[in-house]
Amino acid sequence: MKRGRNKRLSTSLNILVQAVIFLEAHTMSYHSIVLVKQVPDTRQVSGDVMTNAGTMNRSALPAIFNPEDLNALEMALRAKERYGGTVTVITMGPPQAAEVLRESLYRGADKVCLLTDRKFAGADTQATSYSLMKAVEKVGQFDLIFCGRQAIDGDTAQVGPQVAEKLHIPQITYSEQIIELKDKEIVVQRAFDLGAEIVKCKLPCLLTVVGSANQPRPASVRKRIQYKLAAIPAEYPLLLETWPEFESEDKIEEYLEKCDLKIPVWTADDLNLDTARIGLAGSPTQVHKINYVVLEAAESKEIQPTPEGIQALIEELIREYVVG
Amino acid sequence: MSENYFLDNKDLQFRLEQLDLQDIISIKEKGYRYAEKYPAAPRNYKDTKDNWRLLLEVLGDICANRIAPRAAEADEEGAQFNQGEVTYAAATQAAIEALKQAELMGAMLPWEFGGMNMPESLYQMMVEMVSRAEAGLMTIFGLQEIASTINEYADEETKVRVLPRFSRGEVGGAMVLTEADAGSDLGAVQMHATYDEENDTWRLNGVKRFITNGNAEIQVILARSEEGSSDARGLSIFLVERDETVKIRRIENKLGIHSSPTCEIQYNNTPAILIGKRRFGLLRYSMALMNGARLAVGAQALGIAEAAYRDAYKYAGERVQFGKPIRELPAVARMLLNMRGEIEAARALLAETGDWVDTLKGYEELLADKDKATPEARAKQKQASSLSDALTPLVKYFSTEMGNRVCYQAMQIHGGVGYMREFNIERHYRDVRITNIYEGTSQLQVVATISKLLGHALDKLLDEWASYDYKELKDMKNQLTRANEIFKQVTDLLKEKERDLVDYYACDLTDIAAALVTSWLMLQDAQKLENKRELARVYIKNCLLQIENRAETIRTADKTPLEVRKKLLEA
Repeated sequence: MKRGRNKRLSTSLNILVQAVIFLEAHTMSYHSIVLVKQVPDTRQVSGDVMTNAGTMNRSALPAIFNPEDLNALEMALRAKERYGGTVTVITMGPPQAAEVLRESLYRGADKVCLLTDRKFAGADTQATSYSLMKAVEKVGQFDLIFCGRQAIDGDTAQVGPQVAEKLHIPQITYSEQIIELKDKEIVVQRAFDLGAEIVKCKLPCLLTVVGSANQPRPASVRKRIQYKLAAIPAEYPLLLETWPEFESEDKIEEYLEKCDLKIPVWTADDLNLDTARIGLAGSPTQVHKINYVVLEAAESKEIQPTPEGIQALIEELIREYVVG
Repeated sequence: MSENYFLDNKDLQFRLEQLDLQDIISIKEKGYRYAEKYPAAPRNYKDTKDNWRLLLEVLGDICANRIAPRAAEADEEGAQFNQGEVTYAAATQAAIEALKQAELMGAMLPWEFGGMNMPESLYQMMVEMVSRAEAGLMTIFGLQEIASTINEYADEETKVRVLPRFSRGEVGGAMVLTEADAGSDLGAVQMHATYDEENDTWRLNGVKRFITNGNAEIQVILARSEEGSSDARGLSIFLVERDETVKIRRIENKLGIHSSPTCEIQYNNTPAILIGKRRFGLLRYSMALMNGARLAVGAQALGIAEAAYRDAYKYAGERVQFGKPIRELPAVARMLLNMRGEIEAARALLAETGDWVDTLKGYEELLADKDKATPEARAKQKQASSLSDALTPLVKYFSTEMGNRVCYQAMQIHGGVGYMREFNIERHYRDVRITNIYEGTSQLQVVATISKLLGHALDKLLDEWASYDYKELKDMKNQLTRANEIFKQVTDLLKEKERDLVDYYACDLTDIAAALVTSWLMLQDAQKLENKRELARVYIKNCLLQIENRAETIRTADKTPLEVRKKLLEA
C-alpha cells in the first residue's frame, strides 16, 4: 500500500518534471545580441576618395550600415519572431554611429547601445573584439550573438570570431540559415562556395552571417516615426535646433527618457576596460603600407562555353602546368 | 546614394511642403491627444508633416529599390489561376511582403484599429509612388480604400473584427460591384441578397465579373436586397469574408496590369453582413467608395506617367541621331515639355482635390459633435462637399487621359525600340490604358463633371483665385481671368441647349474646366516657386489656346453631327 502510493507519487512527479521540461522547450525564448558597424560605403569609391598616400578619405563617402551586419540583424529579428525573446544591438564607433543604432530600432531591435570613447580610436580587430566582449558581458544574459561575416571597409572577418574566443563560446561562421532552435541547442546551415554544411551547436554561441542569408527587411514606417528622436546626448543640440519647442537640452533629455528614446552610451570607464588592451595601445596590427592598386587586364581571351572551348582551355592549362 | 522615389522627385516634395491641413489634422488627431497613447502619433502639426515626410521617404526607398527593379518580372509572370486559387507573381509577393514589413498597410485607418490616421492627400502620394514602381501592384496596395469604407459605414463590432487585420497586412480588400450586364450602369446589378432569418444573416447568390483583386479575403459587395426592385434604389452593400462558398471561376487575360488578378467570382449562398442602410448601396456607399478609388486611379495614372516621362527623358539624352542626342531636337523637346507640364498640372489638381476631400472629411467629423456645429463650420463643409464632387471626376478624367497622352509620347520618343519588350515603355503604355476605363470611364467622368459645371460649382473658386495678387506674373493672371469669363459664358450657353447637345458637347466644357483649373494652380505654384515659372508659362499658353478652341466649338454647337450620325456611322 505504502509502496504503491510512493510509486504513484514518483509517477506523478515524473509527469510534472516532464511537463516542466516540455513547457520550457516550448516557451523558450532567446536573447540575442547583434554586433554591428557603421562603414564608409566603399561601393561608391571613386578617384577623389583615395588620398595620395593610398588611404581612404572617409568623409568623402556616405556612412552606411555594414551590409552583412544588416543580414545578421535580420537573422536575429526572425529568430525573435519565430521563438520569442529580445534583440539588443551594440556598435562601437564615433558618435555618428548612433545612426546605425536608430536604423536597427526602425527594423525592430528592442535595445541598442553605443560604445564610444576617444580611447577606442585606432583599434584593430584585437582591441575591438576585447571592447565588444566587455560590452556583451555588461549586457549580461544572452543566448546568441550575431555578427556580419565581415565589414566592407576592412574585410578582415576577424572581429566576430575573436569575440567568441574571448567569451569562450563556440562560433558558427558563414551562417546562412537557422534551421532550428530547441532548448539550449541551435542547428545552422553554413554556406560554402560548393554547397552547404549543417551543424548543431550548444548555446550560447556566436554566429557570423553571410549576405546570402536573407533579404534584410525595410524600415517600418511606424518605428521610423516612433524612434525618429532617439538620440545620444551628443546629438541633443541638433535635435533642439530642429525642434526648438523643447526649449532646452534638459527638456529633450526628460522627454527622451520618458519615451524610452535615449540611446545609452558606454565609455571605456563604464566597461572597466584595461586601457592597455584598447585603442591604438591594444592593437598589435600595424598598417605597414597601403598600395593603391589599379587592376588592368593586360590581355584577355574569350573561351566559348561549348565542350570544344572547355576542352581547349583544359589542354592549355595542362600545357602551361597550371593543372595536371 | 541609393535611389528613392520621393527624394528624387522635387515636384512631389513641393506638393508635400504645400500641403496645408493644419485645421483638419487637429480635428483628425483630436487635438493631438493620440500622441499619449500611440508612439507613432504626432505631437503637433509640424511633427505631423515631419512624419509624413519620413513615411514617404521609407516608401520611396522601397519603391525604388525593392519594387521597381522587379516590375518587368511581375508583368511577365503575372497573377496566375490554378484550380480555383489565385497566386500572385513572385515579384508581387515580395513587394507585398516589403510593404507589410514597412507597416504601410492600412495607413489611413484610425489609430485604434492599428492604422496611422493618414489623410487622403498623403495616400494619393503613396499611390503615385507605388504606381510609378509597378502599376499593377497599386490595385493591391490601393484597395485599402475598402478598409476606409468599412471604417466609415460598418457597425462597431465588424470594424473591430476586420480592420486591425487590414492594418497588419493580413488581409486585402476587393470592391465587388461589376457584373456582366452591369458595368457603367451599376443600377442594373442583379446579384441577389436574401435575408436568412433562421441564421440571422444575409446570403448572397450570383456572379460578379471584372473584379480587381477579387481573391481578396475581405470583400465589399453590391447586391440587390429588395425583391422585385429593378433600379439603384433596390441595392445595398454587404461585407463578405471569403470562404468556400465564394468560387473564383477564372481570371482575365489582360493587356496590362498583369500582376493584378481580375476575377470572375461566383457566390453560392455566401453569408454576408449588411453595411449601412438598406437601399443606399449604390447611391451613397458605392459612390463614396468609388470617389476614393477615382482619386487613387488618378494618382495611379500620374505615377505611370512619371515613370514613362523619366524613361523618355533618359532615352532622349542617350540616343544620338543627326550627331546629337535627340533631346536637343526641337520636335522631341516639344513632346518632353508637353509631358512635363501635364504631369505637374495633374499633380497639382490631384493635390487640390485631395485637399478638399480631406477638408470635407474633417468637417464631417467635426459636425458630428453638435457643440462644434457652428454656421461657419457648416458653410465650410458644404463648400468642400460641392468642390469634392466636382473636382473628383474632373481629376480622374484629366489625370488618366494625361497619363495616356504622356505614355503615347514617351513611346514615340523611344521610336522603334520603344515598341519592343526590352524597354519599360511598352509596359507603361499597356498599364496606363486601363486607368481611363476602370473606376468609371472618362466618358462617365465627363457626365459626372458636367452636371456640377452647369451648376457653376467651380465659379466661386475660380473667382477667388483671380482675386490673388500674382505680382510680376500679372500678365498670366489677366489672361486667365479673361478665360474665367469665357468659361462662364460658354457654360451658360451650353446650359440652354437640349439634353442631347449638352451630352455631345460636355467633353468640350470639361476640357475647358480642366485646362482652366490646372492653369490657375500652375500659376499659383509658379508664384511660390521661382523655377516653376517657365514651365507654367509654356503650359498656360497651351491651355489658353485650347480653351479658346473648345469655347468656339461650344459657341458654334449645332445638331448636325447628331442628326446625321446614323447615316455616317453605318459601316
